[in-house]
Amino acid sequence: MRSRLLALIALTALLPTAACSGGDGGKGGEENQNEAKPSASAGANAQLVIWTSEAASRAVTPIAQKFGQENGITVDVQVIAADLAATAITANQAGNGPDILTLPNDFLGGALQNGTIKPLSLGAADLNAYEKSAVASVSRNGQVWALPYGMENLVLYRNTKAAPDAPATVEELVSTGQAAVKKGTVKRALSLPVGQEGDAYHMHPFFTSAGGSLFAMDASGQYDTTKVGIGTPESIAAAKKIAALGEKGSKVLSRSIDGSNAIAQFTEGNAAYLISGPWALADIRKSKIPYDITPVPPFRGGQPAAPFLGVQAFWMLSNAKNPAFAEEFVTRAMNTPEAMTAMYEQDPRPPVRSDVLAAVSAKDADMGKLAAGAKNATLLPDFPFMAGVWPPLGQAYAIIVGGADPASTMTKTGKTIENAVRAK
Amino acid sequence: MIRILCLGIAVGTAAALTPGLAAGRHFVVLAVAWIVVAVLLVTYATRRALVAKYLVPGTLLLVLFTVAPVLATVQMSTTNYGDGTRSTKEQTVARIVANSVVQAPDSPTFNLSVATTSDGEFMFFLVDRATNHAYAGNEQGLKELSQEAATVTKGFVTAAPGYTFLTPAQVNEAGPRLKEFAVPTADGAIRQRGLREAFEGRTTLRYEKPADTIVDQRTQTRYTVQRQGDREYFADSTGQRLSEQSWRASVGLENYRRAFTDSRILGGFLRIFGWTVVFAAGSVLLTFAVGLALAVMLNDPRVRGQKWYRSILLLPYAIPGFISILVWSGFFNQEFGLINSLTGLHVDWLGDPFWAKAALLLLNLWLGFPYMFLVATGALQAIPGELKEAATIDGAGGFTAFRKITLPLLLVAVGPILVASFAFNFNNFNVVELLTHGGPFTPDNPDAGATDILISYTVRLAFGAGGAQFGFAAAIATLLFVITGVLAAAQFRATRSLEEVH
Repeated sequence: MRSRLLALIALTALLPTAACSGGDGGKGGEENQNEAKPSASAGANAQLVIWTSEAASRAVTPIAQKFGQENGITVDVQVIAADLAATAITANQAGNGPDILTLPNDFLGGALQNGTIKPLSLGAADLNAYEKSAVASVSRNGQVWALPYGMENLVLYRNTKAAPDAPATVEELVSTGQAAVKKGTVKRALSLPVGQEGDAYHMHPFFTSAGGSLFAMDASGQYDTTKVGIGTPESIAAAKKIAALGEKGSKVLSRSIDGSNAIAQFTEGNAAYLISGPWALADIRKSKIPYDITPVPPFRGGQPAAPFLGVQAFWMLSNAKNPAFAEEFVTRAMNTPEAMTAMYEQDPRPPVRSDVLAAVSAKDADMGKLAAGAKNATLLPDFPFMAGVWPPLGQAYAIIVGGADPASTMTKTGKTIENAVRAK
Repeated sequence: MIRILCLGIAVGTAAALTPGLAAGRHFVVLAVAWIVVAVLLVTYATRRALVAKYLVPGTLLLVLFTVAPVLATVQMSTTNYGDGTRSTKEQTVARIVANSVVQAPDSPTFNLSVATTSDGEFMFFLVDRATNHAYAGNEQGLKELSQEAATVTKGFVTAAPGYTFLTPAQVNEAGPRLKEFAVPTADGAIRQRGLREAFEGRTTLRYEKPADTIVDQRTQTRYTVQRQGDREYFADSTGQRLSEQSWRASVGLENYRRAFTDSRILGGFLRIFGWTVVFAAGSVLLTFAVGLALAVMLNDPRVRGQKWYRSILLLPYAIPGFISILVWSGFFNQEFGLINSLTGLHVDWLGDPFWAKAALLLLNLWLGFPYMFLVATGALQAIPGELKEAATIDGAGGFTAFRKITLPLLLVAVGPILVASFAFNFNNFNVVELLTHGGPFTPDNPDAGATDILISYTVRLAFGAGGAQFGFAAAIATLLFVITGVLAAAQFRATRSLEEVH
């Protein structure tokens, strides 16, 4: 009786075992088929997996599929809508991340801290065709860690129907914008995302022009993180100028404008001016609003307005399942003028490959204008501790715009930021 | 028969999982799988353990899905696991050294073909791009090939007697083994780059295991293990770090010490705990009050078109919560939002701590009242009409009858639902995250917002502003577990007292 029972159990045990090995066989067959005839995309088992943003995916997908066809492999381009950097760091550590991803240069610090990325194995000399500053932004410890493809920085978009001439100063921007509101051409002077949580990135040109700084700069033009600029008398003076533009001042800045509606305010013709980056260009062109692009103006008699310079790049992950294809794609397939031009065509932003930038600027005046906005720009800092700097700084701007006391807010924020910087 | 089939499937599943788990070196999972199977077999294949037959399934599920995660969380709370400390020390050292390969300036670049011998040894066939000389190289070294020894087509070696050339897909597949493969040369080693290219590079760093030191071979700088803050780094004699990458280590009760001593965190925790209770209780009371009021009104037989009204009232319940919440977050916009435009108010709904809390409760009322309405309607209809009639005969007015007869009877039926609803809202992450993100925040405490509840606060600590701090978040989660345990015990007592009414 006992032995019969065990025998029966053993027999039924074979069912799932057999089913499972059958499944394996099927999978093997499928892979063989893929080798014979590559399909356009496959799931997580594709032979090259790329994670990217929505905008970049339009450009990356056709290039990656062409690469897949040439090499007879399956390629999968996945759009990760939120928290791409954090998701990739976690997924890579767990061994189920992508082979390649696209992110701006400020990914470098956190990715190095977590061992997420792998250097290009190309020397800076192999990247002579690229803008030096762009390559430098993804270089650290004698290695180049990503292949840069596009620049991004804030510029001033102007609705030329509401404001025919480019403003030379912030004051002029306010007066011409408000005049247009009075005439009824538009409903508000400026659209600049603030939101309830603030946006330190978008506020930076105004802040720097008013005399503020995030960190002091050392002699070689690098950030000196031992000297935090928030909380200093200069930062308080700058915050007062921002407060004067806020809800208790000229009402040019408002917490009701946030990342989700800022660009739409301009494309719907509600705002005379928009401060945004190249990512807004596609929507603005589609909207048929007559526009022009100029650098963000400074305050009258102030410092130059310095936006952050971000460099979009292709990164290879350290735990990639397909390192050879990833390296082939990044260092060879993407590293060509044709591929870089294709990137620009689908996701218009100034290319960082000098020959492509020259060719593109000759055809598309907007690219030169966007690049001109980077003249006074400072590199987007990539320190891992920035995760503890951006939120309190943004929050400070938000409540200052809402009418909070600039002096005490900046002092408190400075302390929070110093703690965050020192903790790491 | 069903018993045998189920047991067989359990054994078979474990057997089918074994090769994969063993290959992935997940030995703990493997052991657990077989222990579970053994327990099942002992319990159900024999006739002895009668009591266990009823207890084993529940106990197993409890251990696997409740006790095990709690223990894992407690264990993690004693580590510094987080950004910069995600890998082990070995992984960190290996990565730092592997990432130090640099191409020597003016060194040759080769066209690469990867081949294997019949016994599976790799061989790199290389063509120098500058000179067009062909070479073969393996771990023994590099040797130049004569014209006859290999076929070169378009700058690549495409065939050589005794070797099988790999396709790109095969080269990719061999990635993990090729990562270690390098052809030593006088100046360093030739390594693969992509599928078809090789370069001569040098590893600039070397790890010396006995001294636990990484040495930069160009400058002879020695980087030793040094503790900086809550973690260790490789740093030189001046404390300059070689890499920002640290590794996971046990920190004992440091995370708990931080939770209880850091005034910002402790203050934030207590305030957030208070608001969590208010939020959960307030949501339940408001939704129940509104739901019950509507249910009582519509339960009156004099109301015409009861069914229509009821269907309309259920609409908020039929719309997916995520969509409602996002639409409402637009309604609350101070300048463009529907609420301020319709009422002519200028309330700073999401920017003012008080109004943000009000907005959250209002939204949760909208989301939750249809459910309470539904439950209350059902319970009301289950109360026999004679009881009310009897109350009326005894001279009780409408409100007295409701208070003395209907409500107590209703609470018996609805009580457990109210308790469950409280527990649900206690951890209602979605509403908070999608409407206010826990904000508004203050610049001096960017981790704890005015509308944060404990769960959204914990998530922010783990993944949010200050970078990932899994170890610390695990400590907070452990504390949270203790608190919810105490609350649950209190709730069980409360429901028992309700049952006694019956």
